[in-house]
Amino acid sequence: MIIKILGSGCKNCVTLAENTKVALEEAGVAAEVIKVTDIQDIMAYGVMSTPALVIDEKVVSFGKVLKPKEIVKILETAK
Amino acid sequence: MVFEWLNNQLLRMEWLSNLVKLLIENVFGLSIQDRWGGGLHFFIYDVIKIFILLAVLIFFISYVQSFFPPERTKKILGRFNGISGNILGALLGTVTPFCSCSSIPLFIGFTSAGLPIGVTFSFLISSPLVDLASVLLLASIFNWRIAIAYVIVGLILAVIGGTVISKAKLEKYVEPFVFGNKMLEIEPEQLTTCERLDFAKDQVRDIVRRVWVYILIGVGIGAAIHNFIPENMISLLLGQDKWYSVLLATLVGVPMYADIFGTLPIAEALVAKGVGLGTALSFMMAVTALSLPSLIMLKKVVKIKLLIIFAGIVTIGILIIGYTFNVLGYLLV
Repeated sequence: MIIKILGSGCKNCVTLAENTKVALEEAGVAAEVIKVTDIQDIMAYGVMSTPALVIDEKVVSFGKVLKPKEIVKILETAK
Repeated sequence: MVFEWLNNQLLRMEWLSNLVKLLIENVFGLSIQDRWGGGLHFFIYDVIKIFILLAVLIFFISYVQSFFPPERTKKILGRFNGISGNILGALLGTVTPFCSCSSIPLFIGFTSAGLPIGVTFSFLISSPLVDLASVLLLASIFNWRIAIAYVIVGLILAVIGGTVISKAKLEKYVEPFVFGNKMLEIEPEQLTTCERLDFAKDQVRDIVRRVWVYILIGVGIGAAIHNFIPENMISLLLGQDKWYSVLLATLVGVPMYADIFGTLPIAEALVAKGVGLGTALSFMMAVTALSLPSLIMLKKVVKIKLLIIFAGIVTIGILIIGYTFNVLGYLLV
């Protein structure tokens, strides 16, 4: 599973990345977490509000800083 | 009558002012007439007042804002042409919440969806300038007439700025990669009331965390102006009769970055010291509408010429508003 955090580097994106790592541990899922900060790369996913969460190339959330337990729920459905 | 009382207790918090006065006089043993007592009173009262108002206002406004995610704003704006697009863009800019680092994806998103860049700019100008929470704070510190006047001129500035940019056909100064991106067509999920309340709560926490430093600094400066800086010095720099006061206030404010909540106590103290209302408002607008961080970000999506025109229009607009309010302000106070 490859998880990407889209965001140009402001605090929200950092928090989302941290929450994602916590969620991965809680759910016991192994995944690579990549931070995508280049604006053109972000636009390739068509999102308008950052931070955004992408799992295996599918945008699962945008515009919110998800809490770890919300991410865990998303991970369960993604499995 | 009831409105006056509500206004005085809820927004101006006279009860708080009286409580703090008791604290200063009885616990610290200082008179609020002298500079240390008065300064301390100003500081404690203003800090508490702003934080209470901040938390309550942000909570309610965020709840309202949860109904206007940027994606919905984009859809709504897509249906309007010409100046009504600019007007709606300016209006929606005040109620659409977005983190300032989203401003680039938002710009690209709006533009790729086919919105004229003038509409996007109306949105981008009004958004930091006319903040619902700060309007209410303005009402609490000054009065409702001033707050409403501020909203109206802020919106007019946003509409005119955006329209000028559209009419001057400045699209060619936008970076090419901004256009024609395929945007996600997902409708953001409908939030439940519980989720909206959560969002509002999170917004309060995040915003307080972000701005508490600015508020303390702002109130500190306000207290200094209120009680320590001699009136003639302020008058010399920013006095109502000085033609350069609005210009100075604006030029000082433009490169600064601070949250609007931090500038309010400074504006309050300045006006109490006889500075023109327009001068104080210019300072506030200059600090919030233009900031170095947001301009640097905008530079990634528009070429320098458009950036300069944008900054220029906003600055000139602020100057005009400042001078007008100085001249006509007596009608509102």
